[in-house]
Amino acid sequence: MRIVVAEDAALLREGLVRILERAGHDVVAAVADAKELLTYAGNVRPDLVVTDIRMPPTHTDEGLRAAATIRAAHPGVAIMLLSAYVADAYVGELLESTPGGGIGYLLKDRVGHVRDFLDSIDRVAAGGTVIDAEVVRHLVGRRHADGPLAALTDREREVLALMAEGHTNNGIAGELFVSEAAVRKHIGNIFAKLPLDPASDRRVSAVLTYLRG
Amino acid sequence: MSRFPDAWTAVRGRPTRFLLSAWPWRALAYVASTVPIGLAWLILLLVMLAVGGATVIVVAGLFVLAGIPVLARLAAASERRRLRLIFPGRPAHQPPDPQPGRVSWPETGVTVLLATVFWLVDAALLLLLLTVPGALLLAPVLVRRDRLDLAGWRVDTSGEAWMAAGAGLVALILLAYAITVLACGQAALVRHLLDPPEARLAEAVQQLRRSRSGLVDAFETERRRIERDLHDGVQQRLVALTMTLGSAELDLPDGPGLDLVREAHQQAEQALADLRTTIRGIHPQVLTDHGLAAAVHEIAGRFPVPVHLDLALHGRLPPAIEAAAYFFISENLTNVARHAGARSAQVHAWTEEHALIVSVVDDGSGGADPQAGTGLAGLRARLDALDGELHIASPAGGPTQVRMTCPIN
Repeated sequence: MRIVVAEDAALLREGLVRILERAGHDVVAAVADAKELLTYAGNVRPDLVVTDIRMPPTHTDEGLRAAATIRAAHPGVAIMLLSAYVADAYVGELLESTPGGGIGYLLKDRVGHVRDFLDSIDRVAAGGTVIDAEVVRHLVGRRHADGPLAALTDREREVLALMAEGHTNNGIAGELFVSEAAVRKHIGNIFAKLPLDPASDRRVSAVLTYLRG
Repeated sequence: MSRFPDAWTAVRGRPTRFLLSAWPWRALAYVASTVPIGLAWLILLLVMLAVGGATVIVVAGLFVLAGIPVLARLAAASERRRLRLIFPGRPAHQPPDPQPGRVSWPETGVTVLLATVFWLVDAALLLLLLTVPGALLLAPVLVRRDRLDLAGWRVDTSGEAWMAAGAGLVALILLAYAITVLACGQAALVRHLLDPPEARLAEAVQQLRRSRSGLVDAFETERRRIERDLHDGVQQRLVALTMTLGSAELDLPDGPGLDLVREAHQQAEQALADLRTTIRGIHPQVLTDHGLAAAVHEIAGRFPVPVHLDLALHGRLPPAIEAAAYFFISENLTNVARHAGARSAQVHAWTEEHALIVSVVDDGSGGADPQAGTGLAGLRARLDALDGELHIASPAGGPTQVRMTCPIN
């Protein structure tokens, strides 16, 4: 897979490149700011962009904005966003600016779990949506009162949360210590209860409904 | 310059220190300059009055007479500057004219005093200063040529001449005091007329307010700098460390070595989690990036008790106010979780008439004591510095409402 890495801290940038390269990926560019990222992403047409959200010059959300620009120009590019802290304020922006799958949003700490991180990269590149477990937990905590999710049982919400984190049915079954058939049944119920967008993939649409509340 | 803040303090201080200081000379400069200045204003005033009076019949005189307040304003401006000789540390600037063109009676009064009484008194005292101690001090020299008559005291021997010189020295000292006291008196009167104490107090309060809000801004900037340093320095290093450890885990074969690396990895992650909490406590990044509403949603999302948010905030507020409101909400929700035994809480925030109002209400047991604990005291101090207010209503049995109001300027 051809990857562009954008991260302003040199130490982390090199670490990311090392991890991705040892997994056999081709890191075509490793850049330090959003401007360079836009230049390279336009020139080398990577399959995936791994970018820090907060980068120079303003150290706010340059990475996020650059990702949205790249996606608008090249809808096929998968995006993995990294953040040093969890802010669910970013999730809304992320979903609005980059419709469709192929999006990941992870806490930087997760990169240290190299195998899981590489796994997330693959899932995002394959068109999946991977949202950091901590963000998902926040969202779970505050969505009890009303909205479409109120119709779900606690178990169904758990399953949906794991779907949002990017797990496969098999993975969800493993996490919850149930059979894959049971997971499929829960997912069927979820699809039936949520008002999903018929035009898009039901799984992605369910996750997005979940993340938007 | 001397260690005394003004001439009046100096004149009441220890005599040696006063006499050796610059204050007698400054007082002398003040009194001596009063004479020509007062004379000049007198002549100007007389000329204007004469010309104005003579031509008043042909209306032109009225314009000349109307120039007198302008003259008074000029005189007052120069007097304000001259005041610094006696009372330094006071700004010499003219306060803005509240109603331009109107006669300012205090300013006119000062001009008239200057043109009539002040310069005459000052001239008389200066004359006394130049003659009496001068003659007495010079007595030992003068007595060699001739004998001296000093107000009925005939000095004709050298011994007497030295006594006279001693008396001259005493007279000089007394006059130094007299001149300083006179200068202080005149300057105090001028200051009282031109710069009344209420105006001075109001200005001091204004200055205090400015410096205080400057301090709050500096404090907020510093918090952000610390947050950014931790974020861009320590946190990045720790993440890099976990990446290295994670890579090592992949390379190492099973065994005690791998177990140690895994343990180190866990410790580094714990350190990262702790650091994130610390950074959030110093200044949450989401507050900087997305403003108060987003930051409050974050707190509510982490909160164990359901929180209903009603935030009518449009656009961004000044950083110091956003930070104060954020910590107000954060601290109060923490109190709700710890002490109130509440089932739910509500946060309302809105802006009205240049003020931000935030209220946190819970359905807990009430009886919150604003004196207990340091959290509320800290919030109050923070709000005080922004001219804000804090109200707590917490009857036993609940509900508890804490509300802050903070002006936005």
